Amino acid sequence: MEAPIRATHILGFALFFLLFFVCRSSPLHDLLISSAERRIDLTSHIVKVYLTLKVENAGSSPTSEILLAFPPTQVDHLATVEALVTKGKRKKTTLVRLDVKPTELPDAPNGTKYFTIYLANPLNSGESTTLEVLYLFTHSLEPFPAEIGQSESQLVYYRDSALILSPYHIKQQTTFIKTPSTKVESFTRVEPTNRAGTEMKYGPYEDHPPYSSSPILIHFENNSPFPVVEELVREVEISHWGNLQVTEQYTLVHGGARHKGVFSRVEYQSRPTLSGTSSLRYLLARLPPRVHSVYYRDEIGNISSSHLRTDSRKSELEIEPRYPLFGGWKATFIIGYGLPLQDFLFESSDDRRYLNFTFGCPLLETVVDKLTVKVVLPEGSKDPSAVVPFPVEQHLETKYSYLDVVGRTVVVMEKKNLVPSHNSHFQVHYTFKPIFMLAEPLMLASAFFLFFVACVAYLHIDLSIRK
Amino acid sequence: MAAPEISTAAVPTLYTNNALRNAFGGVLAFFILLLIGVMAFSIRLFSVIKYESVIHEFDPYFNYRVTQFLAKNGIYEFWNWFDDRTWYPLGRVIGGTVYPGLTLTAGTIWWLLNSLNIPLSVETVCVFTAPIFSAFASWATYLLTKEVKGTGAGLTAAALLAMVPSYISRSVAGSYDNEAVAIFALIFTFYLYIKTLNTGSLFYATLNSIAYFYMVCSWGGYTFIINLIPMHVLLCIVTGRFSSRLYIAYAPLVVLGTLLAALVPVVGFNAVMTSEHFASFLVFIILHVVAFAYYIKGILTPKMFKVAVTLVVSVGLAVCCAVIAVLIALVASSPTKGWSGRSLSLLDPTYASKYIPIIASVSEHQPPTWPSYFMDINVLAFLVPAGIIACFSPLSDASSFVVLYIATSVYFSGVMVRLMLVFAPAACITSGIALSQAFDVFTRSIKFQLPGISSNTEVDAAETSSATAKAQNDAVKTEKSEETSKNRPSKKSKKKEKEEKPSTKAKSEKKRLLALPLDSSVISLLLLILLGAFYVVHCVWAAAEAYSAPSIVLTSRSHDGLHVFDDFREAYAWLRHNTDVDDKVASWWDYGYQTTAMANRTVIVDNNTWNNTHIATVGTAMSSPEKAAWEIFHSLDVKYVLVVFGGLVGYPSDDINKFLWMVRIGGGVFPHIKEPDYLRDGQYRIDSQATPTMLNCLMYKLSYYRFVETDGKGYDRVRQTEIGKKYFKLTHFEEVFTTHHWMVRIYKLKPPKNRIRGKSKKSKSQKTSSTSNRAKRSGTGKKNPWH
Repeated sequence: MEAPIRATHILGFALFFLLFFVCRSSPLHDLLISSAERRIDLTSHIVKVYLTLKVENAGSSPTSEILLAFPPTQVDHLATVEALVTKGKRKKTTLVRLDVKPTELPDAPNGTKYFTIYLANPLNSGESTTLEVLYLFTHSLEPFPAEIGQSESQLVYYRDSALILSPYHIKQQTTFIKTPSTKVESFTRVEPTNRAGTEMKYGPYEDHPPYSSSPILIHFENNSPFPVVEELVREVEISHWGNLQVTEQYTLVHGGARHKGVFSRVEYQSRPTLSGTSSLRYLLARLPPRVHSVYYRDEIGNISSSHLRTDSRKSELEIEPRYPLFGGWKATFIIGYGLPLQDFLFESSDDRRYLNFTFGCPLLETVVDKLTVKVVLPEGSKDPSAVVPFPVEQHLETKYSYLDVVGRTVVVMEKKNLVPSHNSHFQVHYTFKPIFMLAEPLMLASAFFLFFVACVAYLHIDLSIRK
Repeated sequence: MAAPEISTAAVPTLYTNNALRNAFGGVLAFFILLLIGVMAFSIRLFSVIKYESVIHEFDPYFNYRVTQFLAKNGIYEFWNWFDDRTWYPLGRVIGGTVYPGLTLTAGTIWWLLNSLNIPLSVETVCVFTAPIFSAFASWATYLLTKEVKGTGAGLTAAALLAMVPSYISRSVAGSYDNEAVAIFALIFTFYLYIKTLNTGSLFYATLNSIAYFYMVCSWGGYTFIINLIPMHVLLCIVTGRFSSRLYIAYAPLVVLGTLLAALVPVVGFNAVMTSEHFASFLVFIILHVVAFAYYIKGILTPKMFKVAVTLVVSVGLAVCCAVIAVLIALVASSPTKGWSGRSLSLLDPTYASKYIPIIASVSEHQPPTWPSYFMDINVLAFLVPAGIIACFSPLSDASSFVVLYIATSVYFSGVMVRLMLVFAPAACITSGIALSQAFDVFTRSIKFQLPGISSNTEVDAAETSSATAKAQNDAVKTEKSEETSKNRPSKKSKKKEKEEKPSTKAKSEKKRLLALPLDSSVISLLLLILLGAFYVVHCVWAAAEAYSAPSIVLTSRSHDGLHVFDDFREAYAWLRHNTDVDDKVASWWDYGYQTTAMANRTVIVDNNTWNNTHIATVGTAMSSPEKAAWEIFHSLDVKYVLVVFGGLVGYPSDDINKFLWMVRIGGGVFPHIKEPDYLRDGQYRIDSQATPTMLNCLMYKLSYYRFVETDGKGYDRVRQTEIGKKYFKLTHFEEVFTTHHWMVRIYKLKPPKNRIRGKSKKSKSQKTSSTSNRAKRSGTGKKNPWH
């Protein structure tokens, strides 16, 4: 099954490179987008954009690269880009994930940044294909007014362009924007523009040349809290005695409009629908099944307001911060739990072991600005290597834990700007000899043995000078 | 249950010469001690199991913070630590004003564990320091009592101490306070003193000084040691028990101990300058005079000695009078007669309430009530007299020390409820002696009347016939103590027993004659076991229910389950994360330590009440009307004011209930605050009958701001009344945070420009006329605009 695909891959690449060298004039303008539909979801603080592109190869040579363009202001907040292509005939269509990589182009106008989608099969001249692109933005809703009182609702700006930024000619395009409520203060009109309920429709616009854009500004109500984890450190400690201990340290902030002035508890408690609607009351963490010894605390002790619901497929931990978080308020806390090792640690064929664990933050609908994942391997493990589905910064550390002598190898992975869709699995491979498990018990046993020997010796030695 | 079993088990070791049985007894005693240690540790874990592993109450938070600093910055930084987070703007020299024993102990444990790569947090180490040291304390009790009355008494006393509620109250897991290690240090110092007194060994004398040094490091209560031991020495001299052993036990302690004590920064020259230490020096001189007299007596003929005595006495008296006159003049020249306030309030129980309200305001400085004796030492209260009698037969140097110890500590515990803690070990030691002696007598009676049957099986057999035993509890107890005292002369201490090996046979004959009737001794034994069982049940109850609440998190049980009130930490966490790192928070001093430790914010006053004026300033601000209070707080750079309010959920120890102390302490320094202004006909009330001064003071306003909106009436559940003034606005403060159950309310001072607006609110604040001369403090002489 694998081999033919790989062969076609290689073949395709070879073909592509050949073509690339033959016609060095960039294939950009050979492609055109016959229709584009963009759906922007503004209901939460993570902006989700679904883009459906119908790409046509109008040039003469086949190509397998399609470029996506982003303005530089958006690319800083871009968390993830995914591209899918529908395969198969009408009845049994399957979605195939495509490689997407950031690309630099020398002649990018106004600092436009690009991502390249690599098609599995090159698009021959005259052919067309449909791509589904999903990308997420974080920190893209700007609260305005920037400071609100307790009883005011949270209004935000969203800036974008009515026209899709693209290096290709777009024949026809439409943009749908979904707002969380019908309350929209203002929005830029780029005719034809319609608004019905919670949805706005820009377009259809016909025949726009490459790099055309038309800025729009939407000012609307978004009362959902903006939970942002400024820093998250996840430590996964493997014990070959059968436990996987996870410790997560959060620095949480409400990223919405800053709270201004008075916080009145009496209003907050008596009128919960009117007062503090955008405050962050609780968070939901989705943990793996069979989780045990869950704790939720901060630097000054246990936080009693949490609930754990477990079933066979997942565990849900509902946590409340010590106080409701209003805009700009911060809280730090630690979640820790244990997991059965056999669910996550496997032996690979080459006698190595690997840990298979989720990468991202278990809190739902949460943006993580900086995530550090530390995998603490047992003492004595060697040759660690991590396989992560997206680029991360990696380095190794050494940690000394209970009675360690040489220390444990820690694989540290860092990534910035994460969204829940980064919760995919990653693997850490390493070699470990089970004999090392006995090192610490043996050490303790021998220490006690020596102690008792010393006691016996002391009792039988007479060191007095006078007899 | 542990106590009786232990003594029955240990008894055989006393009366057998069989080496194997001795060895067996030694091993048994060792394991019993180990179990006592485990019990002492584990009975204190109720707080961790029922609540969580967290530091308790107020002072422990300060100690925890100091330990964190020590762990982070090392010992030298610790000695030089000037803390600018507290007593703003004065600050506090922590290194020089703190008893470092506890901190250094926990810091050392932490460092040791971490260098062994056992990564326990500082908090965990702090939480478990107290239980560990209570195990040590019970072992030290064993050693001390063993020196006094033998192994059996030692084990009994250790078991009693391991679970005495009075000590548990200060040493549950999380109660990270000085007393936790100090009680161990106290008992251990006494043990080493007795050991030196019994052996005359300089080695133990040196150890004794070091133990005393540790005690000085740990707790201000070391003055108890340095006064009790001289008293005992004096007692020995007066009763003609002077010996070279006494000299060795005392002289090195004074010299070395004082030198070492002066090394502790917080004590320093106080070790020679204050009246608390004079007794030791006086006795030191007397001891030398007596030693010299004995020496002279040894080398002179009786006739010559008489002449010398008359000569020396006449000259000596003259010199003494001169010295005493000088001393008295020196002492009288200082205002407090050279005594610290707390010591003075010990000698004169009415002193604090008369002159230092700040000492009197602390609940643990109040005299205890009778029920608190029963609560804290339970059945030991009845056993103590028997133990004292046991100490008199025969009276040795060591047992006279125990008698003196218990006599003085009973007095001190009667003055201050906090010193129950010093009394508890003495009570355990004497009760241990009493119990052990009683068991001795009864088991021996049984043994001699039923030769060939071991006492243990006898006890088992006797348990079936216990039906009639219950009713006679009291009668038998008094009877028992008489019996034990009667039987006492026949027995000797363990040491003498060993010396008199040849005469054992004759002695056993004698003992047989002194044996009690079989059934009465069986019943008495059973009753004693029952008594011990009651004690254990009570102790476990006290440890589980009464003393394990951490007081920062409260729970209440109602028909719909357990309610957790975690408001304090909610407020502190809010302060920690949502205010500027340099903001100053004003609150009553009770919450100072917690605010610095948990919220990491600068406070104006804290539980180390070293500056009365500063506390009075905060008290004055709380008792002043809003504008005057705003001025005081503003002059102190305060940004947030924190008040604790229990009216919504019925939490009784809130600021409104403490408010009269704020008025008193404030009024003590700033006379324009007058207590009668806040009282209606001598009654403290906050309902519609309350005085206008009361209803307009800051504390009232901050506590009850918008309180009426919760239930429409403003019903205060602590005071059981509707509040007097329900609708009012704050002009100089704004509410920035109130916790879930309203227990902590935090207000922010409005910026200065709002002062002008005060004029428009004239009518609101008109009533606060009695505070016209408030301006004294801020120094500007400004009049309130509404006057």
